[in-house]
Amino acid sequence: MPILCEEGKTVDIIKGNIFVFGNNIDTDQIYPGRYLDLTDHDEIATHAMEGADPSFASTVKPGDIIVAGTNFGCGSSREHAVITLKNAGVGAVIARSFARIFFRNAINQGLVVVEVPNLDTLNINTGDKGILDIVKGNFMANGHTVFFQPLTEHVLSIIEAGGIFSLFREKGVKALG
Amino acid sequence: MHALEKILARASGRKKVTAGEIVIAEVDVAEVNDLYLQVVKSFYELGGTEVANPDKTTFVFDHYSPAPTIKAACNHKSMREFCSKMGIRHLFDIGEGVCHQVLAESGMVGPGKIVVETDSHTTTLGALGAFGTGVGATDMAVILITGKLWFKVPRVMKVVLEGDLRDGVMAKDLILHIIGHLKQDAAIYKAVEFAGDAVRKMPQEERMVLCNMAVEMGAKTAYIAPDGVTYEYLARYGWEKGEVPVTDEDYEYESIVEYDVSEITPRVALPGSVDNVASIPDEEIRIDQVFLGTCTGGRLNDIRVAAEILEGKKVAAGTRFVVIPASRLVFQDAMKAGYIETLVDAGVVLSTPGCGPCLGAHEGILASGEKCVSTSSRNFPGRMGSTEAQVYIASPATAAATALKGRLCGADSL
Repeated sequence: MPILCEEGKTVDIIKGNIFVFGNNIDTDQIYPGRYLDLTDHDEIATHAMEGADPSFASTVKPGDIIVAGTNFGCGSSREHAVITLKNAGVGAVIARSFARIFFRNAINQGLVVVEVPNLDTLNINTGDKGILDIVKGNFMANGHTVFFQPLTEHVLSIIEAGGIFSLFREKGVKALG
Repeated sequence: MHALEKILARASGRKKVTAGEIVIAEVDVAEVNDLYLQVVKSFYELGGTEVANPDKTTFVFDHYSPAPTIKAACNHKSMREFCSKMGIRHLFDIGEGVCHQVLAESGMVGPGKIVVETDSHTTTLGALGAFGTGVGATDMAVILITGKLWFKVPRVMKVVLEGDLRDGVMAKDLILHIIGHLKQDAAIYKAVEFAGDAVRKMPQEERMVLCNMAVEMGAKTAYIAPDGVTYEYLARYGWEKGEVPVTDEDYEYESIVEYDVSEITPRVALPGSVDNVASIPDEEIRIDQVFLGTCTGGRLNDIRVAAEILEGKKVAAGTRFVVIPASRLVFQDAMKAGYIETLVDAGVVLSTPGCGPCLGAHEGILASGEKCVSTSSRNFPGRMGSTEAQVYIASPATAAATALKGRLCGADSL
């Protein structure tokens, strides 16, 4: 199933450099509150992860993968936190667990978010190459592979459409559930 | 069923719902705050042309109140135009207060209602017996277009609080203690109910503090079964009591945790993480700024406690004390009671009802190397300004005692 565009090609596999973050990465670190009055998505992208790693936005490349611990995206409900990662080119966020509002926002905006509860079994470092197969449900990094429950077909269809928008126009509220 | 399940069942037209099930429910009250022009953008991107229920829709300008930047001013302007175009009459403009407090005082929210806001602290309204939960911009745009949203029925964990509070200890100390014990991912996707004698004895405003900070454990919503205290509070704002959903006696909680509150002393969340909770440290920590305000700690009861501590005294030299009432009504009540005069005489800096510096937008942003004690709910790095600033989260009593002494201390030490 073709899922994502990478350099103009459709692929169901996301390959990229890994950026590792810890537990409880909150939305203030993903997108600091002082930029919340911005509304242009390209401008929002320039502040991605600024509270945790000020060099992130200038070093991240399309398709790169964020790997994190538990409760990624906790704190405020700001959708900027998803918009900044998506528009900075982040291919996927893989975490042991996600905060609820961030997870909903990510699916709505078509950002790939994958929950892998046993993720800490891997010895992953920033700069490693990662390969994520969201259809088969596996993630390979640093010579190790971890398996997870693949995204449901419904979620895949939202991600494939680049977010909920076109599906909603077609199906209304049923597009969500 | 739990009362929260009964609320979801009613709103989705079902007799019964069970945890884990996904339902599409009618939303009784929707609220958009002024961080969220993205709601309007998503509304049009989703194909929206009109708002399904303008009378159930509210806008509150609280995070930038009044507008600190040209961009924020433009966002307010666009939102006012959207409300006018869509026939939304519940626009609470600058100075009305923080959205959760504004809604609590609006007469629109009470037991059994489903309230969805573009703010994570919507859990606050569970203290009024409502199902309150936060969402992002695109989910909110869906509500504006359809009047509905999908919800996963949460499991409910129960936190039972028994015993009598010590002097100088407030609901804020209890919830900090609980978060420090259970940690900030303890309740992801769950609802948290607070119960027990200690909760029943609390005034309504203190109950709201517990539910407000449940989200710092990851909770989807929070709940306290309404009683006479709740109805008395709501009646002040024109709420008319109707049918109230009640939890069945045979409901099985996902887990039950009990605390003896008489063992709990004033607590602080140490800088950087809301679940890194400790007693007030013994060493002397000089504090540059104290902030009392927000949806967590800016209600009348909080201002009263601060005024009583500072009555006839002065804020310590070298320490700034910023006080921001949570709403215009709180501000007016505090003026009538004389608390505002007491605080201003003591050297407090007062600002417009709203969120203030809680999220680092304006009205008291911190410089690198500064230390702050705040009655708000979050102290993530950079939350109130510089990532090199340190924020201690504490109760209003601890905040006022700290402002008086210029060093971090509890009211029990005065």
